[in-house]
Amino acid sequence: MAKAKSGPLARRPDNSAFKQQRLPAWSPMLTANTVLPFFYFMAVICLLLGIWLLLTVQSVQEIRMDYTDSGACAHCHDLRKNVSNAALICTCKLYFHVDRPLKGDVFFYYGLQNFHQNLRRYMDSRDDAQMVGRKTNLKKPSSYCKPFATNDKGLPIAPCGAVANSIFNDSFKFQYLGSGSSDEPVPLWRKGISWYTDKNIKYRNPQMDNLSLAEVFHGTAPPPYWHRPVYELQTHDAINNGFINEDLIVWMREAAFPNFKKLYGILQRTNKPFESGLPKGNYSVEITYNFPVQYFRGRKQVVLTTLNWFGGPNKFLPIAYLITSCLVLLAAIGLTVVCKE
Amino acid sequence: MNEKWMNVRVGDIIKLENNQFVAADLLLLSSSEPHGLCYIETAELDGSTNMKVRQSVSVTSELGDPNNLAQFNGEVVCEPPNNKLDRFRGMLYWREKKYTLTNQNMLLRGCVLRNTEACYGLVIFAGPDTKLMQNSGRTKFKRTSIDRLMNTLVLWIFAFLVCMGIVLAVGNAVWEREVGTLFQHYLPWDPSVNGFLFSAVRTFWSYVIILNTVVPISLYVSVEVIRLGHSYFINWDQLMFCSKCNTAAEARTTTLSEELGQVEYIFSDKTGTLTQNIMSFKKCSINGHSYGEVADPLGPQPKVSIPNLKISNPDFCFYDDTLLESVKVGDSHTQEFFRLLSLCHTIMSEEKSEGELVYKAQSPDESALVTAARNFGFVFRSRTLGTITTTEMGRTVTYTLLAILDFNNARKRMSVIVRNPEGRIRLYCKGADTVLLQRLRPCKQDLINITSDHLNEYAADGLRTLALAYRDLTEEQWEMWSESHQCADKEEDLLSAAYEQIEQDMTLLGGTAIEDKLQEGVPETIALLSLANIKTWIVTGDKQETAVNIGYSCKMLTDDMTQVFIISGHNGEREEVVEGCGEVCFMKFKGAGKQSQCPPSNRMDNISGDFALIINGHSLAHALEADMEEEFITTACACKAVICCRVTPLQKAQVVELVKKYKRAVTLAIGDGANDVSMIKSAHIGVGISGQEGIQAVLASDYSFSQFRFLQRLLLVHGRWSYLRMCRFLCYFFYKNFAFTMVHFWFGFFCGFSAQTVYDQFFITLYNIVYTSLPVLAMGIFDQDVPDQRSLEYPKLYEPGQFNLLFNKKEFFICIAQGIYTSVVLFFVPYAILANASQSNGEPLTDYQTFAVTTATALVIVVSVQISLDTGFWTIFNHVFVWGSLGCYFTIMFAVHSQTLFSSFPNHFHFVGSAQSTLLQPVVWLTIALATVICIVPVLAFRFLKLDLKPQLSDTVRKTRTLTSGRLGARGGSRRSGYAFAHQEGFGELITSGKNMRLSSLALASFASRHSSSWIDTLRRKKHAHTPPSRWRAVRLVHLLLLTLSCCN
Repeated sequence: MAKAKSGPLARRPDNSAFKQQRLPAWSPMLTANTVLPFFYFMAVICLLLGIWLLLTVQSVQEIRMDYTDSGACAHCHDLRKNVSNAALICTCKLYFHVDRPLKGDVFFYYGLQNFHQNLRRYMDSRDDAQMVGRKTNLKKPSSYCKPFATNDKGLPIAPCGAVANSIFNDSFKFQYLGSGSSDEPVPLWRKGISWYTDKNIKYRNPQMDNLSLAEVFHGTAPPPYWHRPVYELQTHDAINNGFINEDLIVWMREAAFPNFKKLYGILQRTNKPFESGLPKGNYSVEITYNFPVQYFRGRKQVVLTTLNWFGGPNKFLPIAYLITSCLVLLAAIGLTVVCKE
Repeated sequence: MNEKWMNVRVGDIIKLENNQFVAADLLLLSSSEPHGLCYIETAELDGSTNMKVRQSVSVTSELGDPNNLAQFNGEVVCEPPNNKLDRFRGMLYWREKKYTLTNQNMLLRGCVLRNTEACYGLVIFAGPDTKLMQNSGRTKFKRTSIDRLMNTLVLWIFAFLVCMGIVLAVGNAVWEREVGTLFQHYLPWDPSVNGFLFSAVRTFWSYVIILNTVVPISLYVSVEVIRLGHSYFINWDQLMFCSKCNTAAEARTTTLSEELGQVEYIFSDKTGTLTQNIMSFKKCSINGHSYGEVADPLGPQPKVSIPNLKISNPDFCFYDDTLLESVKVGDSHTQEFFRLLSLCHTIMSEEKSEGELVYKAQSPDESALVTAARNFGFVFRSRTLGTITTTEMGRTVTYTLLAILDFNNARKRMSVIVRNPEGRIRLYCKGADTVLLQRLRPCKQDLINITSDHLNEYAADGLRTLALAYRDLTEEQWEMWSESHQCADKEEDLLSAAYEQIEQDMTLLGGTAIEDKLQEGVPETIALLSLANIKTWIVTGDKQETAVNIGYSCKMLTDDMTQVFIISGHNGEREEVVEGCGEVCFMKFKGAGKQSQCPPSNRMDNISGDFALIINGHSLAHALEADMEEEFITTACACKAVICCRVTPLQKAQVVELVKKYKRAVTLAIGDGANDVSMIKSAHIGVGISGQEGIQAVLASDYSFSQFRFLQRLLLVHGRWSYLRMCRFLCYFFYKNFAFTMVHFWFGFFCGFSAQTVYDQFFITLYNIVYTSLPVLAMGIFDQDVPDQRSLEYPKLYEPGQFNLLFNKKEFFICIAQGIYTSVVLFFVPYAILANASQSNGEPLTDYQTFAVTTATALVIVVSVQISLDTGFWTIFNHVFVWGSLGCYFTIMFAVHSQTLFSSFPNHFHFVGSAQSTLLQPVVWLTIALATVICIVPVLAFRFLKLDLKPQLSDTVRKTRTLTSGRLGARGGSRRSGYAFAHQEGFGELITSGKNMRLSSLALASFASRHSSSWIDTLRRKKHAHTPPSRWRAVRLVHLLLLTLSCCN
């Protein structure tokens, strides 16, 4: 206490609400009048949400096709079993039929199963400083990238690390076979498939300084499994090349679980007959089969979906809400019975 | 010259002045009083308040002069330091002669010099060697039971952590062998790792590091912070502030607060703790009329102001006008009553100036009586060897003192025989009513009955009663008796026979009632604590009678009790204790009404009826022996009230240790004196009464305050709250850490057991420190289930703490289970939803960073909702901390995921943009909401069910706002005469032999020194001959008989 007091009450503690533990306070209690209405309210809310979500999700369509070793792709699968054949190009075609037209935006994904992008050492094996375009890191990748930091000749690898090295490098040509036999390519947006922040902040090419991209990357080596260096990923489009190539960006955003899908393209709805989505009919996907999955017993898929506001053909969410609602309702009824007794 | 205590060394000669504490164990060399006498009060040592006399060896008592003392070069050979307060053996060699030293020559550290101007002493033992310090136990590090439980639990959690590590390491080994080897194409093993086994070992350690948050390191810090807060609340409590002595309560340790909510046994000192050590003349019965304050429904009566007397004592107060009137009108009985009080005593007076009278009484009782007489106009002025001078209603009268028939424990009375100025001889007697009433003239039976009733009434209020009587003696009777008295000389038996002879045929004057003033609110506090299932034991060094009397006035002993057992054995009578315990068992046995064959421990449980046990130091010594102690503790604990009297400081500690050992209960010791230090140290919680003399007890204590009654607030309010808060805090703390950490464990099964964390590094770092620490700290510091006055109104609310109901291993497992359940929900709900969800622009939400942000946000929200449910008392701090933590979480997350930090440190803040892109998705919020509902609804349902089906008392009290308060207290009538209580024999002899007269004549001094050793011897002999009160012995015999009978059967 700052000022010295005297008298018989000199050392008497202050009479403040804080010190006397008499702070004004709200002491809520669980009573039947609060808990039961809350339970019923929660049950109703969950029920309504569940029903709404379920209705929404009904309209979503999904086509999922495994092409790992099916049909025409079987020979490519066998070819990729041998590493020495890595340079050989193998393509195969996947045919499928759309019964109901996919209305609205249609998204083209590739899916991988049993591919562990979430291993700790795998996820660490990247250099974000390099990929944000820092020149020092370009030439001297982080030691986390090992063993994909430098190649046999000691050249720094750009982009370094296991994540970039293992990029999914199958490519797809999506074709509409129409009702007749005329093949018509289905146009896909191959840009705008990554997060805005990734595209514009997290991944940057090194400063050009009036050099070409190839010159900037001079003195670096591509990751060992890559067929092309990073500056040739999309040669005809400067803002989709190098580190800001969207396929690379999509791949670099590691999946949390071993089974995942990644966006490959979005249907361009500018021209007929795709203005309102994918019309029904026969389609084919021509796959350049590069990515070997047999090493880890993985599977590869092509996924076509439409979307609703909460994304994807996700039946779990509405069902979970409905079940929760039922359980809460049961609990509420049980509690009411107990209370009444 | 003043010197600090610390500089006192063995062999020093130090001077002590009146009312000073004795600094070391001293051999008394000389004093300012004649014959090297000095008076000491040993309340600090043994709790008894009467003065004791010490005398120096005669040869040294003549060394009054400091110069002579400086040349004193005697040599003392004595026993090694020990803890026996009542024994000392030594030899003084001086001038080639040997002198025996006994305890009678010693001033022990802790005593206070009284009624003696100064004395000189030779230091025999100093510092830790003094008897007082030898009696104080070792200081032990005190920890609460919650602390010990917490340590066990942390060890268990650690074991659990290792188990999880092993499970995940095995998982890793299997995974690396089955999958990892194949996946090497994309992720080669480190060159140093040459096989799945090595990888498994590394994974084990990685997981031990990642999952280490289950072992709550910050728990210890938080617990200490909470305890610190609680101790501050104790310090700040105005209701525990005593304005009289300007002392606030003080928590001297900050580590024990929640144990205050678990106390089961209180060991209380008597003197200075329960009592104020002040005797006051409270009531009297004169000639069948009772005077004194009566319980008046119209409020307290005004204090009687006694006018016209310039030599009255201003501190005296009495509350009945009629008595004063009666004195004034000259009622002969009243006058004779006070005349007796002014004559029949062994007090010495000292009149420094006119009207300024100082009485030197060896017992505060006598002082109270003589002061009362003084204030009613019968002033004892002075005495000489053969006269007593008084002022009676302003008239100075000198009586010739013919004889003092001294007090002793067997007689329980004292008389004086005086000749008044008119020449009549009269014997005045005061004594225990049981003794005195038998010696009355068998007439006026009515008066005897009425007085007896009055005394019973007083005794029931816990007052110390005395009966007063006189007898007129004729000249012949006196001379005859005087001769026989002289013949009896020093032969004790003859002497008491002679006394017996003259103290007959007396006429009853009335009775007095003296209050051994209890501290404020003591009976109420004890009653309240006993309602709270806290057992109070009185442990005192004082006499049995005094202790029992205080037991009655504290309402610990009542007349409703089925039986009061007294075990008061003496030197080495071990059997007595065995029998004592046996008889208690037997009575219990009988009380239960079952003649079953079950072992004694079970037998004790099904006993009904109130019993009390009173045991003295000698018997206790046997009861504390290894083979007896278990029997003793079962017996004692079956009794409602236990009083241990005449116990040494070390025995006090032993009793506490015994209860600690066998009952595993939390004990609290409360005391004020140095003799309580060992008890205070050995109990789980030691409380010192401050504000009285001496701070030894306070220094050794954990909590200190100035009034015994504050104990109820300390335990029932602060202790209860502390315990409640600590338990709620611990439950929540374990819960939140498990909910947080176990998510990693589940994720391990999906990420190849690769020790990948679910959350961002920053979140892991800040979760315990920033996001969740403050709300739970606020709850741990501020939470209240019921207001303070409620917990005093419903003492039963204290019980959960005693039974450890709020936090024990079961509660711990419930918390852990809840935490694990939460972690399951928090992992699998986002997993199931996000695996198939995508943003509105088609980008999947399956990526790691989205998952991390979703789970972390869900976690923070769930634990915040949980703390909101746990918080029962929302002060402004709780609001600020709960909402602040949530706000903090979002702010920090957006900051950490911001562009600015990323562009500076891209490798550390690689979560750039995750927060906004994740939290803008409605599906993420739906996930969080679902997870929260699934986590919280069962908890809410269970809590509500528990509240509804099995409401705790605190819940009910919270609900009911109506007030019902029960009054307690029973009245009975038992006769406990109080004369013996604070009195000691030997003082009559001192007066008649003239030894403590302040007479300057040297001749007299030399005459007295011849006899001095003899009266001291007498004194010692008489002390050893102390016998237990006959009444109790009779009770015991009956029980022994019953016991034998039952054995025969």
